[in-house]
Amino acid sequence: MNSVSRRKFLKISGFSVGALAATSAFSPMLKGVDKLNKEKLKGIKIIPTYCDICFWKCGTLAYLKDGELWKVEGNPKDPLSKGRLCPRGTGGIGAVTDPDRLRSPLIRTRQRGEEVWKEVTWNEALNYIAEKMNKIKAQYGPESVASFSHGIGGNFLKHTLKAYGAINFAAPSFAQCRGPRDVGFELTFGEAIGSPERTDIENAKCLVLIGSHLGENMHNTQVQEFANAVANDASIIVVDPRFSVAASKAKYYLPIKPGTDIALLLAWMNVIVSEKLYDVEYVTKYGFGFEQFAAEISQYTPEWAYPETGIDPELIRKSAKEMAMHKPSTLVHPGRHTTWYGDDAQRSRAIALLNALLGSWGRKGGFYFPVSYSLPGYPYPAYPAPSKEKLDNPGRKYPFASEEITTGIREATISGNPYPIKGWFIYATNLIQALPNQDETIKAIQNLDLMVVVDVIPSEIAGWADVVLPESVYLERYDDLHMSANKTPFVGIRQPVVDSPSDQKPNWWIAKKLAEKLGLANYYPWSHIEEYLDYRLKAGGLSLARLKQEGIILGKDKPIYAEDGVPLEFNTPSGKIEFYSSQLQEAGFDPVPKFKRQEQAPSGYYRLLFGRAPVHSFSRTQSNRILMDTMGENEVWVNHDVAEKWGLKNAQSVRLKNQDGVISNKIKVKVTERIRTDCVYMVHGFGHNSKMLKGAFGKGASDSGLVTKYVIDPLMGGTGMNVNFVTFEMEA
Amino acid sequence: MQELTTTRHNPQIDPFMQVWGWEIPVYLFLGGLVAGMMIISGYFIFSKRYKNTNCVTYTLPIISLLLLSLGMFSLFLDLEHKLYVWRLYTTFKISSPMSWGAWILILVYPVITANLLMDSPKFLADRFPQLDKIKNFIHERPVLIQNIGVGNMLLGGMLGVYTGVLLSTMGSRPLWNSSMLWVLFLISGLSTAAALVHMIAKDVDERELLAKADNGFLTIEIFVLALLLIGLLTSSSVHIEAAKLLISGAYAPAFWVFVVGMGVVIPLFIQLLAVNHKIKHTPIAPIMVIGGGLILRFIIVAAGQYSHYLNAHFK
Amino acid sequence: MARFGMAIDTKKCVGCMDCVVACKTENNVPEGHNRDWIVTVANGKFPNVNLEIQSQRCNHCDNTPCVACCPTGASHVHEVGAVVLVDHNMCIGCKACLASCPYDARFVHPDGYADKCTFCIHRVEEGKLPACVSVCPTHCMYFGDLDDANSEVSRLIASRKNHPLLPEAGTSPRIFYLI
Repeated sequence: MNSVSRRKFLKISGFSVGALAATSAFSPMLKGVDKLNKEKLKGIKIIPTYCDICFWKCGTLAYLKDGELWKVEGNPKDPLSKGRLCPRGTGGIGAVTDPDRLRSPLIRTRQRGEEVWKEVTWNEALNYIAEKMNKIKAQYGPESVASFSHGIGGNFLKHTLKAYGAINFAAPSFAQCRGPRDVGFELTFGEAIGSPERTDIENAKCLVLIGSHLGENMHNTQVQEFANAVANDASIIVVDPRFSVAASKAKYYLPIKPGTDIALLLAWMNVIVSEKLYDVEYVTKYGFGFEQFAAEISQYTPEWAYPETGIDPELIRKSAKEMAMHKPSTLVHPGRHTTWYGDDAQRSRAIALLNALLGSWGRKGGFYFPVSYSLPGYPYPAYPAPSKEKLDNPGRKYPFASEEITTGIREATISGNPYPIKGWFIYATNLIQALPNQDETIKAIQNLDLMVVVDVIPSEIAGWADVVLPESVYLERYDDLHMSANKTPFVGIRQPVVDSPSDQKPNWWIAKKLAEKLGLANYYPWSHIEEYLDYRLKAGGLSLARLKQEGIILGKDKPIYAEDGVPLEFNTPSGKIEFYSSQLQEAGFDPVPKFKRQEQAPSGYYRLLFGRAPVHSFSRTQSNRILMDTMGENEVWVNHDVAEKWGLKNAQSVRLKNQDGVISNKIKVKVTERIRTDCVYMVHGFGHNSKMLKGAFGKGASDSGLVTKYVIDPLMGGTGMNVNFVTFEMEA
Repeated sequence: MQELTTTRHNPQIDPFMQVWGWEIPVYLFLGGLVAGMMIISGYFIFSKRYKNTNCVTYTLPIISLLLLSLGMFSLFLDLEHKLYVWRLYTTFKISSPMSWGAWILILVYPVITANLLMDSPKFLADRFPQLDKIKNFIHERPVLIQNIGVGNMLLGGMLGVYTGVLLSTMGSRPLWNSSMLWVLFLISGLSTAAALVHMIAKDVDERELLAKADNGFLTIEIFVLALLLIGLLTSSSVHIEAAKLLISGAYAPAFWVFVVGMGVVIPLFIQLLAVNHKIKHTPIAPIMVIGGGLILRFIIVAAGQYSHYLNAHFK
Repeated sequence: MARFGMAIDTKKCVGCMDCVVACKTENNVPEGHNRDWIVTVANGKFPNVNLEIQSQRCNHCDNTPCVACCPTGASHVHEVGAVVLVDHNMCIGCKACLASCPYDARFVHPDGYADKCTFCIHRVEEGKLPACVSVCPTHCMYFGDLDDANSEVSRLIASRKNHPLLPEAGTSPRIFYLI
């Protein structure tokens, strides 16, 4: 695809945009070029792009053998993958060959959720959507169309919706995932952690993981650096109710009682402060309110924490000293999925404070200052001015929410307040499994006049849609430029490697066509995404041709540590690290985190914990046959003694019943010594009930289905989901 | 407690090995049976019983050829790459019992055929008059007949031994990894063959002789089984585990009831009464022996595949 | 002559199965079959547990029961690196080699022949590492010549505590797990 003919085409298109636009059907023309090249191709051809199996967006080299997709490998130039993809990325070709893929646009013909469809043309589908959107706009205003989106692929659809006048956009990645962490760090250091995490794991001399199971959670750069840290003999301290893979590498493993992490964090800080093990110079220079903080935590001795956490006070002391010994290269990892108990922003703040005591913020082996490539955006016309406010967080109910809250939009869709939401546009996120309490999601959907799902696979949420639009898999499409902030600035390109097998279209095409149907063609001055990319790259002094060839262009290295001269500045009200937070105090919250006991499991019930497997991304990869071949179902981890009590045998099938009487699919029991007796664990993303998802249907059980209860974080609106309890229903 | 998990899930391999189904036990059983029949037939020739025109040595070759072909067909059915079966005969691998077996079978056929030609079955002789000439040619040469007898015994022995060696050289399968296995399969082949021949022999003396011989074989078989298990039980932990599969494990009920009980002990008891003229000879005991021999092959093949070097199977 | 083998650092390995997936795509291993796989061995009583993660595959043993039992010579020791290979066009699918392997490393390819890890000899002969080694995000796998005392694998095996799998099976396996 980097062939001369293609470049020539690009050149021509650069000169004669008008002529091309007039031919309107530019896509078939491109396809013709591809086909031509394919016939000529013999032997191996390598095309760089970047991965989309998760949101990490690793640089990828796609290999074609005689014109057929063979395999994908990491792009050695990529600072994120360093030439090595994770198993999901390596299995990326399975997304292309997935037999369950969406193939053509679908319009619902029966009740929502019955999954009865008629196949329609793109024209029909987009006309249908545009007509409904115009109706909603006329009746309720454009703000009444909301959008949920995950990943970089949603950029163009968001652009179209913004042009239409929509203002309510949210992603589960905030209120159901990393939100509390980012808020906790913003409240303390004035900056969020971001994604990829700004954690300098590979240079850490001591790494503390609290409920974060790196290795099972396969965020590529993080895991690579983790392995390096292990190889460098860094002291690993793992806090987890489950003996995770990371725990097996740990010097100290703290088998904590679920929901008591804040107590442990307070006790650790108590030891470090009372024994004066903290970075005195750093704290004195950059800290605000340290005295009040120190006074507050003086009560939280390891002995105080012991009955709460179940962790031996000696182990708390030893591990605290270990952290202090290696400061400031001690990294207390902030985690990623942090929506656990509804007090999560405060827990994350406690983690931030512990890091502050150790002086790791801004330091090598701690939190670095990420750098990114910067390119100007495309000069689009201004979006229409909204006449309403966003409704996900009315009246700043959650004062420290820094992004939009999915469940807030869901709530407004159900209640119609402060104004009705009548349309949902969902891009690449399976809300049924991503949001807690599926009934509420379905209730909200029933209030809609239009629900559109754009995705590559028919996930559960697609089953509830009015219109389903099949998107091309990442190996078949262009997307926006990738410029994640990390240790080295770079710009990466996603470009098509093979043709889509059926009538799937890239999201940019869908977004542009929809805009045209909505009479918003002026928001797409470019006729093909290559023009858009070319414009942005040229504006930054780069060329599309070169980027397509290399996949990744590195920017100039910049200092990323305070040691190398990056100034330690804090965007907080005090301009310092807030050991004591006046803004929390003013808003009526604890200015220094406090521990509150969680509700305990009723007798015979166990706390339901869930997490990740290295070979699957959310609930989005269970029809990828290559990945399913490595893990085809999830299991419920049950402690050996608990299993004995219930008479459960390894590999036996059971159903799980939660406190609200919801019963799961069948799931196999993993009888193990690798988990506490008061909780059970399962990998998220299984137990699909979308009939169209044949490869995944009924395989394992869904944790999300059992998460009917959730506790909202009063600081930022995150939904704490580790508050559900399950018991066993024996299978005959 | 040790927990083992694996992500491997290869068909026929996981959760435990099941590469060989019914075909191989049937092949091994028929191979053993034919081996026994060859030895018996060869012995009857060697011991000059062939001079009695009623001698069973004139009935056995055609049955042997049929059963052996049936066994070979069964083996062929088990092959996954059937079109390549001719590859067996483009080479001889000295270390491979399977290769030895392939070539032994090539030699077994002419030897049995020689036995057959001593008095071709009527339906053949009627069609091909030359067969009578061959018969006469053979019968004019006692040394040749002696050699046919010796050849049948020798190759029968090799065939019988081979059916056991095929499995016992698999060091990876603790249950099979015993040098008693070939003895067991040979003796079981002889006992099942004696039982079968006992049923079809027309001559009363021969029948009596075979019943007695069978009692001898069955008695030896008890000792061989005991020695096999003792050998395993006094070896390494994986071998002990393997022996336990038969003694008290998943395969124990079938082993004790069908192999030891109904296959050896009960028919031995019945036949001891019969040869001592306490009861009449009936086909009951021989049929039990033959059934026991078949089930023995099934159990050994299945339990052997299940037996494994790791302490526990992956679940 | 080289004698290829591996050293796999169980301390670094997180059991992510990238080796498994890479092998599948590199070698077009059919769905439902694996040439390599992850075994976890956990010992102890919570919370005092010890966990070892092993990326397993054919051990390309020095002593090869699978080659010995093969009646056609399809299973053979390759002249490059003494790697154990199967010639698809020689194999009759008798499965003796499957039964003879104490590691159960072989399986029957849906096309009828015995199949297993080749140490990616097609890559190695081009000067590349096996797919599983080259993809590993934790860099926990090392591949090289065991006969060369200066190779990285040899040095690791000499300097670090390690164990092969089932040495008691007598096959002299050539993959060593660093612990």
